[in-house]
Amino acid sequence: MAFESLSDKLQNVFKNLRGKGRLSEADVKASLKEVKMALLEADVSFKVVKQFIKSVEERAIGADVMNSLTPGQQVVKIVHEELISLMGSETTELKLKNPSDVTVLMMMGLQGAGKTTTAAKLAGKLKSKGRKVLLVACDVYRPAAIKQLQVNGEKQGVEVFTMGENQKPVNIAKGAYEYARKNNFNVVILDTAGRLHVDEDMMEELQQIKENLHVDQALLTVDAMTGQDAVNVATVFNDKIGIDGVILTKLDGDTRGGAALSVKAVTGKPILYIGMGEKLSDLEQFYPDRMASRILGMGDVLTLIEKA
Amino acid sequence: AKTRANIAAGIDSIFSGYSAIDDDFYEEIEEILIMGDIGINATNAILEDLKQKVKEQHIKDPSQCKELLINSIREQMRVGEVAYRFEQEKSVVLVIGVNGVGKTTSVGKLAGKLKDQGKKVILAAADTFRAAAGEQLTEWANRAGVEIIGGSEGADPASVVYDAVCAAKARHADVLLCDTAGRLHNKKNLMEELRKINRIIDREYPDAFRETLVVLDGTTGQNALEQARQFKEVCDITGIILTKLDGTAKGGIAVAIQSELGIPVKYIGVGESIEDLQKFDADEFVNALFHQESND
Ligand SMILES: Nc1nc2c(ncn2[C@@H]2O[C@H](COP(=O)(O)OP(=O)(O)OP(=O)(O)O)[C@@H](O)[C@H]2O)c(=O)[nH]1
Ligand SMILES: Nc1nc2c(ncn2[C@@H]2O[C@H](COP(=O)(O)OP(=O)(O)OP(=O)(O)O)[C@@H](O)[C@H]2O)c(=O)[nH]1
Ligand SMILES: [Mg+2]
Ligand SMILES: [Mg+2]
Repeated sequence: MAFESLSDKLQNVFKNLRGKGRLSEADVKASLKEVKMALLEADVSFKVVKQFIKSVEERAIGADVMNSLTPGQQVVKIVHEELISLMGSETTELKLKNPSDVTVLMMMGLQGAGKTTTAAKLAGKLKSKGRKVLLVACDVYRPAAIKQLQVNGEKQGVEVFTMGENQKPVNIAKGAYEYARKNNFNVVILDTAGRLHVDEDMMEELQQIKENLHVDQALLTVDAMTGQDAVNVATVFNDKIGIDGVILTKLDGDTRGGAALSVKAVTGKPILYIGMGEKLSDLEQFYPDRMASRILGMGDVLTLIEKA
Repeated sequence: AKTRANIAAGIDSIFSGYSAIDDDFYEEIEEILIMGDIGINATNAILEDLKQKVKEQHIKDPSQCKELLINSIREQMRVGEVAYRFEQEKSVVLVIGVNGVGKTTSVGKLAGKLKDQGKKVILAAADTFRAAAGEQLTEWANRAGVEIIGGSEGADPASVVYDAVCAAKARHADVLLCDTAGRLHNKKNLMEELRKINRIIDREYPDAFRETLVVLDGTTGQNALEQARQFKEVCDITGIILTKLDGTAKGGIAVAIQSELGIPVKYIGVGESIEDLQKFDADEFVNALFHQESND
């Protein structure tokens, strides 16, 4: 596995580094080369990596080395700290309006990212917090998308609003909002169809929903396994629609999940939740520090450093 | 299909800024390859190969690197002749992959393709787990105009495959296409389920030609290599379907997979309609790797 070989490589770098006191330029450059490789292996965007390595280098050269650490470990410590700060230092809660008002959440993202499943997961989570949630079937394209939402809604004990496949999504969204007001729902979750960021018509559809409805939180759902394209996707969704929060799915796999860093770096928007499985209870809070360790793939090294 | 002239043009536009083969030049190529998800290892291999050839052949002009680079990438992807024999034989095609990559859609598209060739096709809805997976495949069966053997939600997928194999034999189907549930390759029990499905097909339909296609999302990064590796452990994978190449993702991980695992990409998915499945064309693929958005 890539994980082990990275640690091995770093051990080798450490071995070759001598002297304590301050980090020399050579120390820093040698270890950052391995870090750069690790980040690229983890699918962090090439441009984000370049920028990141540059800023770490600036901070690290000349920095004091703690007594209990080798110079290489000291660099990793700095890298880790910088990663966390880039990732957002604290957990961010999903912002909901006062329960007397209707909060509108809109799921959006590429095909197959996990929007429909996550919408149902979120619905269950908010329901358990005492909210009255309405799931809305705005995907009129994917075969059996409505049925999928209905099955999941039923499992969660959450009502699903649908107007069939022959209405425009913006009209479905408006209809759902009216319905929610009349029937005392206080959270509306719009499940939209998967779309490519370069599909002009489909992107305009989301813009229309935002123009016609007060969307409180537009949530970009991102597959944690996404590669270099994550930056393109996030940038375009953010520019054209506006992202309020990000949900990262399929982190129950063994991907390092560098897309998390890319998306955060180019949009600056918080990652709110992570999907940890197919079951509708598998939605967890996002912790930036854990994600940073995962992307770096250096659990063992980091444990060492944390003890320091 | 695109020609070699097109490929050259794609790469030309990248190389035009360089008058000498220097570090910057190589760095630019590295950047393009990595941004295409080819991955560090394959990128390094390609670059090393290129540098070696530049040295051996005393090349000075960046534009002369064009052919070398193309060949180098194609060299990485060489996996021998890619066969589509299942289209001609009585066959069972098993379609597998992680969640949401496009398995069901690809089964639907393949069904449409085979039906157009005049084949008798039956679909097996062996995803009994995902909400409305059966309904989704049923819609595809209708679009393609083929039969479908289904199971209710929660049914044993292997028993659906068993029923489908019986139906395929009884009705003299040419091709049985099996859709399966999405499963992450690190889930032991789900991978075991695939083994069971395989055993049933082997046992019940030994004379069928077997094709096992793993579907990879073209947007996926380095993890796709691990996916292919793990699925290869439990199934005799005969090819890859690389989906969602209609976006801006390059699907470069396919280069690494072909190079490291020797599994050929057989089809690419380029949209959500029934006709959006194409046979893989290596030249076109390499060209697309170098195609950059003009707003970049
Ligand atoms: N393992 C795992 N699977 C997930 C997770 N989230 C979603 N999935 C699976 O991913 C697949 C796609 O999920 P959907 O919710 O249908 O994705 P979508 O974004 O709505 O897809 P489209 O509507 O077609 O664009 C399904 O098989 C889900 O069960 C997760 O966190 N972990
Ligand atoms: N743009 C694009 N979308 C695709 C392509 N192939 C599939 N999709 C879309 O991707 C989403 C997921 O496709 P599915 O066929 O349901 O994927 P799956 O692998 O069967 O998913 P699970 O069964 O949930 O694991 C759907 O919205 C499809 O329309 C493709 O080549 N291009
Ligand atoms: Mg959906
Ligand atoms: Mg499916």
